[in-house]
Amino acid sequence: MSQSFRIAGAGRLSAAETLSFTFDGKAYAGLAGDTLASALLANGVHLVGRSFKYHRPRGILSAGAEEPNALVGIHRDEARKTPNVRATVQELYEGLTAVSQNRWPSLSFDLGAINSLAAPLFSAGFYYKTFMWPRAAWEKLYEPAIRRAAGLGTAPDKPDPDRYSNRFAHCDVLVIGGGAAGLSAALAASESGASVILADEQAEMGGALRFEAGAVIDGKPGWEWAQETVARLAARGNVRLLTRTTGFGYYAQNMLGLVQRLTDHLASPDPDAPRERLWQVRAKRVVLATGAIERHMVFPDNDRPGIMLASAARTYLNHYGVAVGRRVAVYTAEDSAYAAALDLARKGVTVAALIDLRASPEGPHVEAVRAAGIEVLAGHAVTGTEGRLRVRRVCVSAPDRGVHREIEVDALLTSSGWTPAVHLFSQSRGKLAFDEETQRFLPGQYVQDAVAVGACNGTMDLATTVEEGLRAGEAAAREAHGGRTRKLKLDARSAERWSAGMAGAAPGAGAGMAFVDFQNDVTAKDIRQAVREGMRSIEHVKRFTTTGMATDQGKTSNLHGLAIAAEMLDKPIPEVGLTTFRPPYTPVTFGALVGHARGKLFEPTRRTPIHAWAEAHGAVFEDVGQWKRAWYFPQAGEDMHAAVARECRTVRQAAGIFDASTLGKIEVVGPDAARFMELMYTNPWEKLAVGRCRYGIMLREDGFIYDDGVVGRLAEDRFHVTTTTGGAPRVLNHMEDYLQTEFPHLKVWLTSTTEQWAVIAVQGPKSRDIIAPLVEGIDISDAAMPHMSVREGRVCGVPARLFRVSFTGERGFEINVPADYGQAVWEAVWAEGQKHGACAYGTETMHVLRAEKGFIIVGQDTDGTVTPDDAGLAWAIGRNKKDFVGIRGLRRPDLVAPGRRQLVGLKTVDPKTVLEEGAQIVADPNQKVPMKMIGFVTSSYWSENCGRSIALALVENGRSRIGEHLFVPMPNRVIEVEVTSTVFFDEKGERVHG
Amino acid sequence: MAEAARRIPPLEGRSFEGQGIALLPAPPASRLSLRAPESSRPALSKALGLDLPAKPKSTAANGARAALWLGPDEWLVTDETGADLPSVCATVTALHSAVDISHRNVGILVSGARAEDVLNAGCPQDLSLARFPVGAASRTVLGKVEIVLWRTGAEAFRVECWRSFSDYVFSLLEAAAREN
Repeated sequence: MSQSFRIAGAGRLSAAETLSFTFDGKAYAGLAGDTLASALLANGVHLVGRSFKYHRPRGILSAGAEEPNALVGIHRDEARKTPNVRATVQELYEGLTAVSQNRWPSLSFDLGAINSLAAPLFSAGFYYKTFMWPRAAWEKLYEPAIRRAAGLGTAPDKPDPDRYSNRFAHCDVLVIGGGAAGLSAALAASESGASVILADEQAEMGGALRFEAGAVIDGKPGWEWAQETVARLAARGNVRLLTRTTGFGYYAQNMLGLVQRLTDHLASPDPDAPRERLWQVRAKRVVLATGAIERHMVFPDNDRPGIMLASAARTYLNHYGVAVGRRVAVYTAEDSAYAAALDLARKGVTVAALIDLRASPEGPHVEAVRAAGIEVLAGHAVTGTEGRLRVRRVCVSAPDRGVHREIEVDALLTSSGWTPAVHLFSQSRGKLAFDEETQRFLPGQYVQDAVAVGACNGTMDLATTVEEGLRAGEAAAREAHGGRTRKLKLDARSAERWSAGMAGAAPGAGAGMAFVDFQNDVTAKDIRQAVREGMRSIEHVKRFTTTGMATDQGKTSNLHGLAIAAEMLDKPIPEVGLTTFRPPYTPVTFGALVGHARGKLFEPTRRTPIHAWAEAHGAVFEDVGQWKRAWYFPQAGEDMHAAVARECRTVRQAAGIFDASTLGKIEVVGPDAARFMELMYTNPWEKLAVGRCRYGIMLREDGFIYDDGVVGRLAEDRFHVTTTTGGAPRVLNHMEDYLQTEFPHLKVWLTSTTEQWAVIAVQGPKSRDIIAPLVEGIDISDAAMPHMSVREGRVCGVPARLFRVSFTGERGFEINVPADYGQAVWEAVWAEGQKHGACAYGTETMHVLRAEKGFIIVGQDTDGTVTPDDAGLAWAIGRNKKDFVGIRGLRRPDLVAPGRRQLVGLKTVDPKTVLEEGAQIVADPNQKVPMKMIGFVTSSYWSENCGRSIALALVENGRSRIGEHLFVPMPNRVIEVEVTSTVFFDEKGERVHG
Repeated sequence: MAEAARRIPPLEGRSFEGQGIALLPAPPASRLSLRAPESSRPALSKALGLDLPAKPKSTAANGARAALWLGPDEWLVTDETGADLPSVCATVTALHSAVDISHRNVGILVSGARAEDVLNAGCPQDLSLARFPVGAASRTVLGKVEIVLWRTGAEAFRVECWRSFSDYVFSLLEAAAREN
C-alpha cells in the first residue's frame, strides 16, 4: 500500500519528492511538505493511538495544534525520543521514526483496552472515590499502577543533547497568526515603516486559506495571495517573519513568549543549530489573529478512528492531496461542513450522506451539496457508530419521524461549529464577553495594547476578516510608530461562514460513550454525573471529571463541557463560568525555557587570577558561592587530612601563601567616608589613622552580626573595606541601601573593587622575608609597618596596596595588586617562598588556622541570631558611639537577657575525637529524650599545631561554663567535652607581631 | 628589584569569528568609576578633556578617552592609551569619588551585521539603531550577569563586565554567535 489515498491533481505537494518513514516499525512513503498525520492518512492509516484511560483505538481528529488524539513518540536516536508529539504538527522528514503510545502489546491489540469494559467503574471522580484509603497505598500502590495503566508517552531517560536558544526582541507591532487576518494586519502595519514581527505556528503562513478552497483575495486564490504576501513582507526590512513559531504566552506589559521550532522538521540537523528558540518579545501593540478551532459533534462512539473534523478533512485534501476515506459521511450542525462534502465529492470521494442536526438548513451551500447529488439528512442525528479499529458504519436516526438507518462509511467528518481561539487574549487578562446571539465567548474588554481580528474575534466571513486585519494593522502602526499610512484595500471573497454552531451534546449522547474530551477520555455522561453529584462551577466540574486538563487543554472540548454542564444546571453558559486560559497555549519544552542556561552557562563560574596556577599545582577546589576556591594542595600520596595537616604546620613553622582574591572589597570614598563607616559598623572609625586597619563588624537593624572584615584607611576620605567572600554583593547592597535611604545627606560613594585586586596572603614567621625582595617603596619592618596597617607602593614593579593583617595569628601580609598582574606576582612570591620553605595553602587550612585563634567566620560561627557579645566581640562596639545600624536592636530585652548562647571553645576529653559540626550539646547525657539542648558545635577540626581536635560552639551561658564538662550525644556514643576559651594556640597573641 | 610582573588578561587568546559576527577581547584600558554631583561635572569634564554626559544612555568621547553615563552621579571613564585617570581626577578639588577599576572590568568587542542579534540572546534591551544609537551606553544584563553595553558603531558594540564573569559573558555570546 503506497499512498493509495493520495489524489492526483489535488493538494500542493510535489509528487516527485517522496520521503520514507516508519510508524511502529512499518515502512511508509510520504511527500515533502507532509505532516506525519497527512502522510499516514495518505497510506490509509487512521489508527494511531490508544486513549488515556480506556485504551480505546483513536485516530487523527484534526489537522493542527488542537489535536487531542494523534499523539506519538518521535525517535531520532537513543537520547532524542520525544513523547506526545502531535502527528498533525510533526513535519515529515526522510527517515522519520514514529511509534504509538499507551498500548501493549500492540496498537491493534491492546490488553489495556479491558479498561473499556470496566468503564462504569472509571466514571467521573473515580480516582477520588476509590483510592482514598489507606493513605499510604496511594504512593506505593495506586499511583504507580494508575500511571502504568493510564498514560501518554514515556519520557526520555537520557540527558537532552540538543541546544536551545533565546532571543529578546522589541517591535512596534507583533502579529500572532499568519492567516488571512494576520497577513493583512502585518501588511498594513509594515506599510509605514513600523517594525513588525509576524509569527505563525505552521511551516508556511496562510492559516485557514490552506483548506478554504473558494477563497479569493485581491483577485487570486487565497493560498496564492498568502504566499505572495509573505514574499512582499519578507522583502521589507522592517518585518521579521517567524514560521514554526507558536505564541504560547501573553504576559504583563505586552511581553509575549514565542517558541520557534528550528530543527524538528529536518532529517539531519546541523549539530550546532539550536533545536528551538525562545523569543521574548516586547511589543508596543499586539494584533491577535489566532483564528478559530472547529469542534466535533458529541454523540455515542464519536471517537473511532476515521471520525475527524470537517476542516481537517479539507486540509488533508486541499493542501496535502489526501482523501481521508473513499466513502465518507458528514455530520454537522452548522454551515461550513458543507464545503467539506463538496470538496471531497469534487475529487471523486463518495459522500454517502450529509447529516445535519438542524431541521431545515437553508442556503446556497445546501443547494450546492444537493446539486452535487449528495443526500442531505436534515433533522437527523448520528446515534452510534461501529467498527473496531476504524469506523465502518454510522447509525442515523430521526426519532421524531421514526427513521433509523445505517450507512456504510470509512470516514465520518463532523463539525458542530467554531470556537474563537481567545487563549492569548484571555492570558493578557482581557475580559471575555459571552455573545448571546452566537453563544460564544469573544474578546470583550482589553487591558493591554492588543486587538483581536478575524475568526478569534468572532468574525465569520473572509471579507470582514481581511478588512479587520488591515484596519488593525494600520491603527497599531500609527499608534506605535506614527507617520502616515496608505489606506490599503483588499477585495476578499469566500462563500463560507464560520458560524458558532451548537455547543454541547447532540441528541442521543446520553447512551454509550459520547466523548467530550478525547485526550482525557471524558464523556457527556461524566459531565452530567459531576453536576448530579453537586458540582456547580465549571472549575469544579473540570477538576472532578478532568475535562480540559489534558495536554491539549481542551481546545476542542471545553465549550462542549461547559454547555452540557449549563444545560444540566439549567443556567446560561456565562453563569456556569469559564475555566482560566493559562500559558502555554501548546506544550513548550523545558529546553526552550532553559535556553542557553545549561552546563557551563547555567551559572557563571568565577575564577580568580591565580586559578590557573592553583590548577597546575594540583589544587582541589571547593565552590564558595559562584567562586572556585583552592581548598587544599595535596602532594603525591597525600589525602586531604595529610595535606591540610602539612599546610597548617608549614604556615606556623615557616610561611604559607594563600589566594584571598575572592574577599569582597568596597572602596568608600568621600569627605563623609568616616562618618558613613561609623554608621555602618559597630566600631569607631573617625580616629583611625591613615595607614592603619581595623577589624569591623556590621550588624543588621536587629542587632545581629551581618558581616565582618578588615578595613584599611588609605586617606582621610578613603577606606578600603573588605567583606566575606559570600557577603560581598549583599554587603554592598546593604550599604548602598542605607546610604540612599537613611543617610542621603552624606557625601560618600561606594565602589566595588573586589575584582580590581588580586589578593595574595603571605602568612607565617617568614612572611616578611619572603616579600621583602619584591616590595618597593614601603618600609615593612615591624616598627614602620606594625600589625593592622596598610601602605601603598609597588610589588614586583606594579602598584600595590600592602596590608599587614593576619587571619592566622602569624605575622602576615596581604598583597593587593591589579588583577591582571595577580598570577605573575603570585609566581614571584611563590619563588621567594620556596627559598624559605613556604607552601601554598587552601581554604581548609585557612579555616583551621583561624579556628586555632578563635577567629569567627560569619555564617559558620554565626547564624543570623548572634550578637557581637554572643560571639565574644563586644570589644568591637564603640562604647561612646551614639548611633550605628543595629544599635537599638542590641538593646532589645531578649538580646541583653542572661542565658544567651555564647561562643566558646570545646576540647574533647579524648583529644583524637573530632566533633561533628552541627552536633548538639547537653549538660546531662542521662536525661530523658527529648533532652534539653544547650548549644551546638559551629566549627570543628583536627588541629595539627595543637596536636588535638579543637572546636567552637555556641553554648548557653558559655563563657561562665569555662572549665565545665558537657556532652555531645551522637547516634552511637556520647562524647565528653571541656568548655574552654576560643583561643587554642598562642593564647597571648604574640606571634602576630613577629 | 624583580622585573615588572607580566599582565595576563582573563580572556587572553579567546576570539570567535562567524558569519556576520566577530567576538574579540578588548585590549587593556584604564578605567575609572567616577562619582560626583552635578555641581562637580564642569570641573571634572575640564580635567578629563571631555564633556561628562548628563543624559541617560549617553556617552562622550575624546580620542581614546570616553565617559559613559551610568547613573545621575556615575560615569564609567575609559582610556585606551592607559592614561593614569586617578591622577587626572586627583587634581580636581570639586567633590567627587574616583576609583580605579582598570582591572575589575574586561571589555569584549562584538561586531558585525549580527552583533545586535547575538547580544539580544542575553540582553533584553531594544538594541535597534533607533533606540540604541551609535554612542548609546547602558548598564544592563546579559544572561545572568551585569554588563555595561556601549554601541561604538552601527555594527559594533563594546561589552564591559567584571573580570571573573568574562568567561561566562564570552561563552554566552559565543553560543549565540554559533547559531546561524
